[in-house]
Amino acid sequence: MCETCGCDDQAKSRLIEWHDVHDDSHGHPHQHDHTHTVTLQTRVLAKNDDLADANRRWLAERHIVALNLMSSPGSGKTTLLERTLDELGSTLAIAVIEGDQETTLDAERIRATGARVVQVNTGAGCHLDAPMVGAGLRTLQPPSESLVFIENVGNLVCPALFDLGETAKVVVISVTEGADKPLKYPHMFRSADLVLINKVDLLPYVDFDVTACVKAALTINPDLDAIQISATEGTGMNDWYAWLRRRRS
Amino acid sequence: MHELSIAAAVVEQITTRLPGTPVSLVRLRIGTLSGVVPSAVEFCFSLAAAGTTLEGAVLEIEQVPARCRCSACDREFQPHDQILLCECGSARVTILAGADLQIASVDTAPCRSEETAVEEHV
Repeated sequence: MCETCGCDDQAKSRLIEWHDVHDDSHGHPHQHDHTHTVTLQTRVLAKNDDLADANRRWLAERHIVALNLMSSPGSGKTTLLERTLDELGSTLAIAVIEGDQETTLDAERIRATGARVVQVNTGAGCHLDAPMVGAGLRTLQPPSESLVFIENVGNLVCPALFDLGETAKVVVISVTEGADKPLKYPHMFRSADLVLINKVDLLPYVDFDVTACVKAALTINPDLDAIQISATEGTGMNDWYAWLRRRRS
Repeated sequence: MHELSIAAAVVEQITTRLPGTPVSLVRLRIGTLSGVVPSAVEFCFSLAAAGTTLEGAVLEIEQVPARCRCSACDREFQPHDQILLCECGSARVTILAGADLQIASVDTAPCRSEETAVEEHV
C-alpha cells in the first residue's frame, strides 16, 4: 500500500479528506499500467435531475402547480388531502399522486373523495423519484390550470434529496412528534417552502412547543412559511388554502 | 436508505457513459451537506455494481467539507454540523461548497488481452 496517499489495490473502498491541491510529490504514479483515467465530473443524480426538469417543463406548459408533500409516517398527509379535496375539489381541479412502499390504501381514500389519483408503490424504495412522478403525471393527465399533490413516502430523510420537478415542497409535522424535528432533519426543512404543523387540536394533551418548533424551522430555513392546522377539526385550513392560492397566482 | 439509489445511479451513469468498458476504480466527491453518508454508499456500491462492468471496482470517496457565506455579515465560515448558522446569529447563508454529489472520474480496468499476454510471458 502507498504510505503517502493510502491507495491500495486490495482495498474495496477508501475514505480520504478533500484537498484543493493534491500533493503528488511523493513520486508515486497514479496512472497505473494498463489503466486509463476518464474524467467524468458529472452529477450522480443527473438522470433524476434531467427528468425532474422535464416534469417541471411539462407542468409549466400546462400551468399546473404540483406540490410535493413530505413528512414522517403518520403526520396526517392523507387526512390533510382528504379535507382539502372535500373543501376545494368542487371549485378547483385537483389530482393526486400517492407514494407508498406498498398497498393502494391511501389511493382508495383519495378516490373516495372523487378526485383523480394514481398510486405509486416504491417497493423497497424509501422515496419517490422524478421518473416515478413523470409516469404518474402521464397516467393522470391532469388538466391545465389544475393542482397536483404528490404525497411522498413517509420519511423525513430520503425524499429531501430527490428533485421531482415540483413547484414547491411542503413538510407536514404533527404535534405528536418532537418540536425539535427541524433540527434533527435539517435537509428536509432546508429544502422546504412551507411547514404545516398538523394536529394542533391535540396540543392540550401533548408536550409540544409550537413556538420552539417554528423557531427551530426558521433556524434551518429563514424563508420557510409556517401554518398551524388541524386537518381533522379544520383549524387553520383557510390559511393553508390562502397559501395554495398564492402559489397558483 | 437512499444510498442504495445513489450507488445504483453511480453505476448507471458510468455504464451509460462508458458502455462495455470494465472499470477498476471510481472516484466520487461527496459533500458533507449532500445528505449522503459515504459509508452507506460504500456498503451499497458492491451490491449495485454486481453483474455490471463495475463489478469488483474500488470506490474512492473524497469528502468535500462545507463552506458557507453569511448573507447578513458577508463572513465566510465552515459550519461544524448540518445547521448552517453564522457566528453573527444569522441563518441566512449561501452554501459555497459541500453540497457536491459527483462522479469525478473512473479508471478503466486493464485490458484483458494485455493481462493474458503478461501471464504468458511470466
